[in-house]
Amino acid sequence: MSASLEKGIHALKEVIDAPIASYFESCVHCGLCAEACLFYTETGDPKYTPIHKLEPLRRVYEQEYTLLGRLKKVVGLSKLVTDAELDQWQELVYDSCTMCGRCSLVCPVGNDIVYMVRKFREGMAVSGHVPDGIRSATKRTVELGGPMGLKWPAVANVLKHVQENTGLTVPVDQEGAEYLVLLSSMEIVNYPEYIEAIAKIFHKAGISFTLASDAYEATNAGIQIGSSDLAKVIVSRIVDAAEKLKVKNVLSPECGHAYMAIRWEGPNLVGRPFGFKVVHVLELLDELRQKGVLKMKDKLKDPLILHDPCQIVRRGGVLQAPEPLIQQVAENYIPIADKQKLNWCCGGGGGASAIHTEEAEALRAKAFRIKKRQIEEAGVDTMVTFCANCRITIEEGFDHYEMNTKLLGLTELLAEHLEA
Amino acid sequence: MNELQFLTWTRGPGLDIAVGIFLLGVLWRLIEIYTLGRKKDLAAPRHTAGASGLHTVFRRSLPPPGMLKRSPVSYIGGYIFHIGLAIIVFLGAPHILLIKNLVGLSWPALPSQFIGLAAVVTMAAMVVMLADRINKPVKRFLSTFEDWFTWAVTFLPVLTGWMATQHLLLPYTQMLALHILSAEILLVVLPFSKLFHGFTLFGSRWYNGRVNGHKGVPV
Repeated sequence: MSASLEKGIHALKEVIDAPIASYFESCVHCGLCAEACLFYTETGDPKYTPIHKLEPLRRVYEQEYTLLGRLKKVVGLSKLVTDAELDQWQELVYDSCTMCGRCSLVCPVGNDIVYMVRKFREGMAVSGHVPDGIRSATKRTVELGGPMGLKWPAVANVLKHVQENTGLTVPVDQEGAEYLVLLSSMEIVNYPEYIEAIAKIFHKAGISFTLASDAYEATNAGIQIGSSDLAKVIVSRIVDAAEKLKVKNVLSPECGHAYMAIRWEGPNLVGRPFGFKVVHVLELLDELRQKGVLKMKDKLKDPLILHDPCQIVRRGGVLQAPEPLIQQVAENYIPIADKQKLNWCCGGGGGASAIHTEEAEALRAKAFRIKKRQIEEAGVDTMVTFCANCRITIEEGFDHYEMNTKLLGLTELLAEHLEA
Repeated sequence: MNELQFLTWTRGPGLDIAVGIFLLGVLWRLIEIYTLGRKKDLAAPRHTAGASGLHTVFRRSLPPPGMLKRSPVSYIGGYIFHIGLAIIVFLGAPHILLIKNLVGLSWPALPSQFIGLAAVVTMAAMVVMLADRINKPVKRFLSTFEDWFTWAVTFLPVLTGWMATQHLLLPYTQMLALHILSAEILLVVLPFSKLFHGFTLFGSRWYNGRVNGHKGVPV
């Protein structure tokens, strides 16, 4: 056994807990989880059945933690996990799993399958079976500060433009602000309008905010790759900055996995509860809406549907804010059948969008057909979402299928129609 | 061993051994699984109505929106044979008598004709489920020896019990002995196979409901 494999198996043994044991013992191979997974529904290939993606983890559980499994191992009857097998599983655990968690919502015996995928990735990361795209994104985040390799001077430059465009100041490293605003590299590079929107809304609401020059990046590739050690390094930057600047709240950007990383995994990674609150930007916006601060000068008339990002809604718990917010700014919002916690993933979450092999991209394009169908069935030309990573993936999907659908970011849309 | 001796053995020592293995097995497996524990979630919880472990224990008994349409055989067949098994095991007069002898508790039984009908419906549903497992690519792909074996181990007691009461194929005494033996095999296999989901599904649903309930998501 190679040293890295040994470490990987050890990591798997470490992550197995009572829920995982209970889940594996409960599975009856009914296959219903496949019906909830877009990689299965859009390809029809049974290997994408969510529970099957965990087979090596299941065997480690059986061989290490059950009496019969241990007996079988002693007498040489069990099939041990090998490097070759984990290599084969890489596609199943990363390319074809966005950790969207829809499978966890339908399993009749109650298995939280995505919980297990997240843990399985710990072993995959340690044993070195990780797609290059996610590996390099993680490396850049740890070494340079963000998954795209953006450094502060570049961010400062974007902020300068934001200030010029809006005529508003964007405070940096200001102690005692109510909100520390985090961004995702995607927003800085591709959607700087988000930053303008945030600046406008904060000024309008009269709430103090700041950015931190040493903690501007909210995304956490460490979580996507499945390495708690690296994830901790990345999340600690934010925690340190928030504590140094003595802010009351940390504002997560629209980006879904960023929210998951800081809001739900963060305290568990650093090993203590936070002294500040982590708020998703939509939660703040909805609060402002309820207070009557978020008044619109006019509304968008185009019929549109909403794409609920998995990590914010189904897995993040921001369930109630999106709909009232879209209704605040859109006259013809059409609720679709699988909305809110039942939404279908864009196909690029969980680090998948960072994998640029031909196979992974082709698979993503196939998986995107479910979004295409939702748009066509609703008969709209506009979709609104609130996650930078979903936006990139969806734009790629539109390009692939040569669709003329418009994709809008919710926060920007609100800012655009905000009463002056 | 003649058929009467065989019947006596299945009702005496055979039953004791099977019940013993079943009880110790269940206890052992529950300890094995649930003493693994889990880490405390340090993130500040979000409270939402309907989001808890207990809610999910009950909620997961019903198909989530859209799922019934996607896999009707799994749901409808699954309901029928699970409910059928429960009716036969807990409301059949001879079974209530057995439970009374073992633990002293008893309750009214359903008429034997009704139990016979339940057995036929249950077997039909189980055959449909088996056909679905063979036909459906996902189910066939996931299936291992254990899936076919546990199906047979569950099916045989229903079949032999029904055949005994209908006096089919073998003399009543022989068929009854086979029925009891098959039920004993089921008892022995249950804690060490996927049939153990009958115990762990409550824990699984509860964990899922609790972990997601912490984030304010009713699952």
